[in-house]
This record gives sequence, structure tokens and C-alpha cells, in this order.
Amino acid sequence: MITVELQSPTDFDGWRRLSRHLLAEGVKPDEVEWHIEGDAGTLFATPAYQPHPAPPSSSGPRVPKLFIDRARRVVCHTDTSRFIRLYRILWRLQQDGAYLSRITETDVKWLEDCDKAIRRDVHKTHAFVRFRQVNAGAAGRQEFAAWFEPTHRTLELSAPFFQRRFPNMDWIIVTPSMSAAWDGTMLRYAEGGSKSDVTPADAVEDQWRTYFKSIFNPARLKVTAMTSEMPRKYWKNLPEADLIPNLIATASERAKSMQLQPERAPNPLAEVLTRRRIGKATPAPTPQTLPETRKALSACTRCPLYKDASQSVPGEGPTNARLMIVGEQPGDQEDISGRPFVGPAGQLLDRVLVDAGLNRNEAYVTNAVKHFKFQPRGKRRMHQRPNAGEIDTCRWWLDLERRHVQPDLIIALGASAARGVLGHSIKVSDMRGKILPQPGAASVLVTVHPAYLLRLPDPDRARTERQRFAQDLSAARAFLEGTAHRTNA
Amino acid sequence: MARRTIIQKLEILADAAKYDASCASSGSKKRNALGTAGIGSTEGMGICHSYAPDGRCISLLKVLLTNFCIFDCRYCINRSSSNVRRERFSVDEVVKLTLDFYKRNYIEGLFLSSGIIQSPNYTMEQLLEVARSLRQDHGFRGYIHLKTIAEADPELIRLAGLHADRLSVNVELPSEQGLTHYAPEKSGQTIRKAMADIRHEIDNVKDASSSRILKRAKAPSFAPGGQSTQMIVGADSSSDADILQSSSKLYAGYGLKRVYYSAYSPVPDASADLPPVRPPLIREHRLYQADWMFRFYGFSTAEITSVAENGMLDLEIDPKLSWALKNRGLFPMDINKASYGELLRIPGLGPASAKRIVQARRHTRLTLTDLGKIVRSLKNIRPFITAANWTPGHLTDSLGLRDRFVSRPRQLDLFS
Repeated sequence: MITVELQSPTDFDGWRRLSRHLLAEGVKPDEVEWHIEGDAGTLFATPAYQPHPAPPSSSGPRVPKLFIDRARRVVCHTDTSRFIRLYRILWRLQQDGAYLSRITETDVKWLEDCDKAIRRDVHKTHAFVRFRQVNAGAAGRQEFAAWFEPTHRTLELSAPFFQRRFPNMDWIIVTPSMSAAWDGTMLRYAEGGSKSDVTPADAVEDQWRTYFKSIFNPARLKVTAMTSEMPRKYWKNLPEADLIPNLIATASERAKSMQLQPERAPNPLAEVLTRRRIGKATPAPTPQTLPETRKALSACTRCPLYKDASQSVPGEGPTNARLMIVGEQPGDQEDISGRPFVGPAGQLLDRVLVDAGLNRNEAYVTNAVKHFKFQPRGKRRMHQRPNAGEIDTCRWWLDLERRHVQPDLIIALGASAARGVLGHSIKVSDMRGKILPQPGAASVLVTVHPAYLLRLPDPDRARTERQRFAQDLSAARAFLEGTAHRTNA
Repeated sequence: MARRTIIQKLEILADAAKYDASCASSGSKKRNALGTAGIGSTEGMGICHSYAPDGRCISLLKVLLTNFCIFDCRYCINRSSSNVRRERFSVDEVVKLTLDFYKRNYIEGLFLSSGIIQSPNYTMEQLLEVARSLRQDHGFRGYIHLKTIAEADPELIRLAGLHADRLSVNVELPSEQGLTHYAPEKSGQTIRKAMADIRHEIDNVKDASSSRILKRAKAPSFAPGGQSTQMIVGADSSSDADILQSSSKLYAGYGLKRVYYSAYSPVPDASADLPPVRPPLIREHRLYQADWMFRFYGFSTAEITSVAENGMLDLEIDPKLSWALKNRGLFPMDINKASYGELLRIPGLGPASAKRIVQARRHTRLTLTDLGKIVRSLKNIRPFITAANWTPGHLTDSLGLRDRFVSRPRQLDLFS
């Protein structure tokens, strides 16, 4: 049997160095006994193992980084078998590089469980350390101290967190086996201490205790949910924890008294406020201008689509536009931004308008239906075609926009838009690209919706369809050029 | 009346804030105070610094700036018609309290909300001033969650996102009718519009940081911890199916990090309008489980609600088990062959254990004992799987299967 001596209970570097030598010499895991310097038992054991002064061959044992990371943490565990086990895993890793993924093996499972315990211990240290101010009221850097009892020897793993968080205050965390102190330049580890090393009080603790009491809802007692995350072993160092027994004991009484409380007259203030609010609300008249239309539209509840959409999306463009472009309905992005044709279909429309020699900024762009209709699917909202009833209901708004803008020509993109503009259904393929004069109103040109082009899977087909779409838009331009502007007539 | 002390104010304004379930401090970007004159850090994972006996995590200082309110939402302790004691913190008081608590490692940061005073804009400006002062006057780099007043100007929402890690607008009730009835001053449209504005800003920042030209410039930041919302369960007559459909639309529409479900809880001086019976806490728990199935287990809302009788989830067993019992034709599944997605449908298996099964079975055909080392308990799983040495026989189809999972005696539930 070989006795190997380590310098401290968490001497990872020593373990790593000596393990390399042992491995190079082919020493089997069950031939090694690991001791910590100064521990009882070492006195009578065989003289400690002295590795060959020359380092083992530089090629050394290869292990996954995951193992080193875990081993570095696991040496902080209180399990006395940790060094034997780690060497045994290291040994196995030499024969089987994938050993760590055999999670049903006892040692691999042990490693994972210990690692989890250490990480939890570090996390709980970050959570449950409570600082007390040492030099309250004094000028200069503020000084804080905390007494904490971690389950394992994890202070070196947990202290850097406090350095990152509190670099501009001086602090010390004292634990039974070690202390960590920060002075603004260096994080120093020293011997452990005791509870009495830390100041017994801090006035802010009373505020914290008040907060703890007040944030608790006595009507929903879930003690096990609390203790599973904040086990009792931590309570003795938490300034708020001694309040818990009484909060639990009085909870049901407090909840009951809330329910049994006799009804009281409402606060008279409420009535004043309600009267003021109702007084303000006046029935909306039919909007007389485009801005009024926009405002009235934002409160529209004429069909149920308002219930799920974020907002109504009004048309956009000059009030005296000669061209009005009508789409089907806002999509996901239009619903979010409140503006028409800003999503993928809108961007395509912009490009084709340019191809056709038209300027979007000179057109009034709107939709047949002003609210987004969709079905949620996972993280996205899938567009749903509006039905005839929704289009017809929303026509009221489209008609108002037409009345205020008075365009010479309306381009209807797709069947829904055509229904909104014409008031009845048509087949787009029968009508597309033709100027349809309307008695006493703007002429209408029907074509496809740009979203249709985006859905075509075949690139050749998509190209020809885009050309046809551009031709339709060019026909609109030709019409506008051929007709004198109504104000010039 | 003498001016109240900070402790007395805290008593009132923390009590008034406790009906907001959220206390999360997670999901923001990593930052710390090294090399700055400031204080604080966020490291991705949230930290719960304490737990109250109601089982809720205490991660943030959760207070209202004031519990005066001009709105009269029936379910709310701070509604204008309530006779609760009213109080108000000054901006400086909240800033100091946050820093004092933070330096003692009691909290990860601040969750600030407020009753609406004077006007929504004025209130939002006050909330903003607290966040601004913490960030700019004190170099505070901890977590800030601001409640967004939906009725406030969109420009104020934009400013809020510059300082806050997380923003939230509560939808409060799952249905438009519920809102009209119980919260006459609020409207679902206004709330959704505010959520849309927040998503719009978050999307803009995302677009900008993926743009090659802007990448070199300092990355802009807008509410890096995203947005969340809360729904009160059991105050109106909405069913679980209504609630889940409503939240699936919110998740899809606004990229929410979380929807919190909060079982309506009796408040002092409650409105006579409210239902006399409060919902059991377990209903809230089942909704969270269903929410998880939807977000992490690949179930559609329709699948989850298909097993909800009259729209209500089974209170005695969890919704995934409930779904499995009604779809027994799909079971037992072979844990050595099932895909990751299929494994997630087995009761008792979550994403972590499913991943480990996939990893472990590369080396060996898993037995029930092997599985026992991967999962916490085999009890729920056994009837639904086959393994190297295990087949459930007719257990999967046995009539009494549901009874095996119903724990008796039922958990004592106070005042349900």
C-alpha cells in the first residue's frame, strides 16, 4: 500500500500532480491511501509517497476538461473517499475515454452527485450570506462582515462572486474552516473563525425583518416549498429566520380573519373618481377627418378580432393621395408596430412598387381588415384569413378612409382586399390587372397579395409571378399618368 | 398624524406588493461592478435570497412606490374603494432601501411597482426616476424589474427599458369581459398595446445587434431580461382552458419570458363583488405544469386542454399524467428506442432526464435499475415504459391505473 500525502483537504493541485506520477508508475487505485497533512493517522502510516523528482512524461494522461472541472469542485466535498474515487475515475478514463458518459456506473454517478452538491452549496452561499456593516456612519469605504457555515469546504469557490458584486466595499466572510477578505485590491484567504468574530447587529436588519414579515401572504401557507429550498440548517445564520415559526403559527388565524372581516363601506374617494371618469367619456360621433378616424378606429370593437390583437392598424400616407393600396389585414409585425405593410410582404411590395415606377410614399396604404387575426403556434402567431363577415364589418373604416382620401385609383391586393373595396367577392384570376371603373367612385385594380408571392416554393414560378405583379402595378401607374389629377381637372 | 418611519412604510408598501407573484431575477445579460465605481452584478442565473413560509422565493425587494390608486380594480388590495392604510415612499427612500438591502446581500435587486396616482404618465415617471437614480447616481448593476403602467406614454416605456432588466405589464384577467367587469379603468387592448410596444423595442435592439455595421458600436440594450405578465386565477369565471389559450396567445405574440398564474387570494377589506370561495392553490400549480408542458415539452395547447373536462384540469393528478392516461394507446414506450421528443411525453420524465437517457443508452441497453439512477422516482414512469428487463404487462391498460397516482389523504388545504 502506498500512502500519499496532500497539503490541505481541498488540495486539488497536489492531488493532480501526484496522481500523474502514480498513473505513470502504473499504481492501481486500490494500492493507494490518501492522507491530508497533519490529520490523525498519518503518524503511524508508512512514510509518505515521494514522486520521482523528474516530472512524468510530458504527454501525460489525457482526460476530458469536464473531468478536471468536476474534480476541482469535488475535492471541496466532505466525502472522505473523494481522493480515492477521483483517482479511480482517472484510472478508468485511461482505458475508456467515454467513461464519464456512462452515467449508470456507480463512480460516475457519485461524481455527478457530489458535483451537484458542491454547486448547490456554492449557490446557497451566494444566496444566504448576510453581511453586517462594521463601521456604520464612518467616512471612507464601507466595511462589512458575515459569518457563514457552508455544508462543504466551498468558500474558495463562492468568494469570487462577492468580489465581482461588491468591489467597492471591504468585506470579510468567516466560516469555520476558512475566511475570505476583500480590501479593494486582493481577495485573501485565511484561517477560519467563529460566529463571535462578526459584529452581532446591524440596524438595517430590522428593516429586512419587517420586509420579510410583510411580503409573506398568510393565506397561502406552503411550508415544505420553503424548507426544500431554504433548509433549516441555514436558518441559524439568517436574521429573518427566527420570525418563521410565528408566521406559520398565526397564518391560518390571519387568513380567516380577512375572510370573516365584515364588509365596510367603500372608500368615498372611489365614487368621486368613478364619477369623474364616466363624466369624461362621451359617445363618439362619426369621425369627420382622417386623424379623427384613426382615433376612433383605435377603440373599435365592431367585431371580435380586437380581443386578441395588440392594436388596430390604420392606413398611412398623404391625405390627398391619388393612389390607395389596400391589403388584406395586418400581420404579426404590423400588429406590433401599428403600421401597415412593414413585414416581409410589405418589404416585397415596396420593391415591386419601385420596379413599376410607383412611389409608396405618395400612396395611401391600408388594409381591408384593421386588426390582426391569428392562431398561436408555439412561439409564433400564424396568420388566419379574415372571413367575409369580418371584412364587411371593417368596411365601415375602409369607406371612411376612402371618403377622406378621395383617391383616383384603388389597388386591391388579393381576394379579401377586393371584397373590402368592391363589397362583394370576386375571383382574383378573372379580374386581375384590369382597370375596373366604378360609378361615382375611384376606379379599382385587382391583383394578388404580395404574401402570395412569398409562399411560392418554386423559384421560377415565383419570378414569373413577381413579373406579372409588377405588370399589374405598371398598369396602375399608366392609368394614373393617363388621367389628369382630379384637382387639375 | 405623525409621519411614518421607513419601517412602517415598508410594512404597508411591501404588504401591498405581495400579490404580484413574480420575483425572478434571471435571464438578464451578465455584468458586474469590477472596474467600476458602482455596485452589483447579474450572472444569468437568478438567486433566491430567502423564502417566505408561503413557499415563494424572495429575490428582489418588491415594493410599491405608493399604494394610493385612482383605479378601482375589484381584485386588488389597493383599489380606490378599499379602506387600507395608504402610504408613499419618496424616490430617495426606495433607492436607499434597495442599496442598503443589496449591500447586505439580502436581495438581487428591485421590483418596483405602484398604484396609479395623478396620472399614468406621472406614475411611470416616478418609477423611472428610481431606476434612473439607481443606475446613474449609484452605478447600480443589480437587477431591476419595473412594472409598466400600460396607460402611460410609449416614450416612457421606451425609457424604462433602458434602465430595467425586465418589464412587465399584468393582463390580470384572462378574458376581456372579466377585465371590463372587474377593472373598469383597464382595457385588454391597452395592455396588449403596451406589450407590443415592449416587444417592438426588444426586436429593434435584436435587429440592430445582428446588423454588421452596428455591431462594432456599443450594443444597445433594452430590457435584456425580457417581459412577463401575471394572470389572476379564480377571480372571474374563466376556465383553465380559457386561461391557457389566453397565455398561449400572449407567449406567441409578445415573446414573454413567463406568464405568472396567481390564485386569487383573500385580501383585507375585499370587494363584495368577488367570488366568496377562493380557488385551491393546487389549481395554480396545475396551470404552471400545463404552461411548462406547452413551453418545454412540445405539447400544443389543444392537446393539453383536450383532457380538461369542462375546460378544467384534473386537480388530483398532473396534466401530463392526465394526458398520458387518456392516450394510453401510445404507451408503453421503449426507453431504449423512443426519440427525445417521445421521451418527454412519458409521465415522470423531464427535459433533463430525457437528455440523460439518450446519453446513457449509447453505451448500454437501459434496465429499470439504470433508469432509477437517472430519474428521481420510478413510480409514475413504470406503467408507461418498457426497458431491457421490464414490461408493464397489462398495467398500462388497467382500469385502476389513475388511482395509483392519487395521493390520499388529500393535502390539507386551508379555506379552500
